[in-house]
Amino acid sequence: MKKICLSVVGMYLSLLSALSQTTPNTDSSYKRRKLKFEEANIVSSYYKQDGNHAAVTGGIGSQALTDLSNSIDVKLTRYDKFNRKHSYSLEVGIDHYTSASSDKIDPKTLSSASHADTRIYPSFNWTMENEKKGTTFGATASYSQEFDYQSFGAALNFSKITENKNSEFAAKLQAYLDKWKVIYPIELRPQGYGTGGEDGGSVGSQPRNSFSVLVSYSQVINTRLQATLIIEPTYQQGLLATKYQRVYFTDGSEQAETLPDKRFKIPLGIRANYFLGDRFIIRSYYRFYTDDWGLRAHTIDLEVPVKITPFFSLSPFYRFYTQKGIKYFAPYGMHQSNNTYFTSDYDLSKFTSNYFGMGIRIAPPKGVLGIQQLNSLELRFGHYIRSTDLNSNIVSLHLKFKP
Amino acid sequence: MKLIQNKSKLLFCTLLFSVAVSILNSCTSVKEYQKNKLNDAEMTLSARKIEKTELNFQSYREGSSGANGGKTGGGCGCN
Repeated sequence: MKKICLSVVGMYLSLLSALSQTTPNTDSSYKRRKLKFEEANIVSSYYKQDGNHAAVTGGIGSQALTDLSNSIDVKLTRYDKFNRKHSYSLEVGIDHYTSASSDKIDPKTLSSASHADTRIYPSFNWTMENEKKGTTFGATASYSQEFDYQSFGAALNFSKITENKNSEFAAKLQAYLDKWKVIYPIELRPQGYGTGGEDGGSVGSQPRNSFSVLVSYSQVINTRLQATLIIEPTYQQGLLATKYQRVYFTDGSEQAETLPDKRFKIPLGIRANYFLGDRFIIRSYYRFYTDDWGLRAHTIDLEVPVKITPFFSLSPFYRFYTQKGIKYFAPYGMHQSNNTYFTSDYDLSKFTSNYFGMGIRIAPPKGVLGIQQLNSLELRFGHYIRSTDLNSNIVSLHLKFKP
Repeated sequence: MKLIQNKSKLLFCTLLFSVAVSILNSCTSVKEYQKNKLNDAEMTLSARKIEKTELNFQSYREGSSGANGGKTGGGCGCN
């Protein structure tokens, strides 16, 4: 934890020193072709939750969990000889979490292998924008590594903006080729099967592949209102169950969670933002979601940034969410042993949730705290209440740097 | 019961379609110099960077995901 905090401070200081060494270039034609620093962002969040329906222990037990998440991204741009704008973004993220329920994979040990873990996820994105034609092409490569999970991701994106720049069509193809260690609860491990830990012997692994197509259409409606429609069908195959999650049956027997190895999801979202008067912005979002596991959900999100001054705003927000659980869910000890698929993971049960909080944004023209390169600072706090006895708090900080 | 459900689905889709058509019909051509309010940092038509961890935890703690700038599946040991 200390190492991660020090790394974030280190990233901030090195970024600041790099920015302060920038010297103006007077040769404009040369400057256009040269790689130019566009912006950098640091996002840090602390998340803490508690509840009493842990899936690792079959739908009962502590869901206490903390997560410290940090990411930094740097964006550089340059123009080529055809006057096309190339953007390069490099992002590195580090999450460190502790989970009380993961510690119950083997309750006899003082602490199991995955009671705490660090996830590292770098990604690189390139886009080429032809401002004359209004087209943008891009590609992204990403990687993620944690104790029991490894992921390789790739994406291609395209967008076309109309001549008057009032409508935009965008599409993105994305694939994740993941590998997941198959860890069983201690009492369900076959003879000789490892723990997955460094000293507990090896375990098998299985693939989990995800493919999605995102299509969106954005439209400027008038000088104050703009909206976008998004659809993102996703197909997943491979190990979709978490094998260290226990399920208890009506006859008292126990098995590892088992779910189908395919899932097709269809989320459909609409976002509309309206600038009311000179001080209020109404940000609204609605999503309908359905999948072939029988889960259906509605999300409504409303945020109203209030500009106290042109450079300082307060943003109260509220989000309502409701879902109909998947057909394979039943609480602790309620599954029939002749079922093919079963889970007691309350994340997939029927529930409603409310999420609300407040954000602050400061973006003075001379930089935050007089630091010219520190373009803006945002701080946001949210409280989450789920009808299945789960509560959480999250605080996030975003620092944006510009030359 | 099924007939009532189908009727309400049809009504919902018709309503959604009518709203979409009326919004598109009311569109006016907005010039670049008229876009100072639309170009405000808080008017962006996507989730903002500060919402990144929120979107992640929502996709972990809820069964649905996608179409919001967050994850839609894969890339981590989550739902």
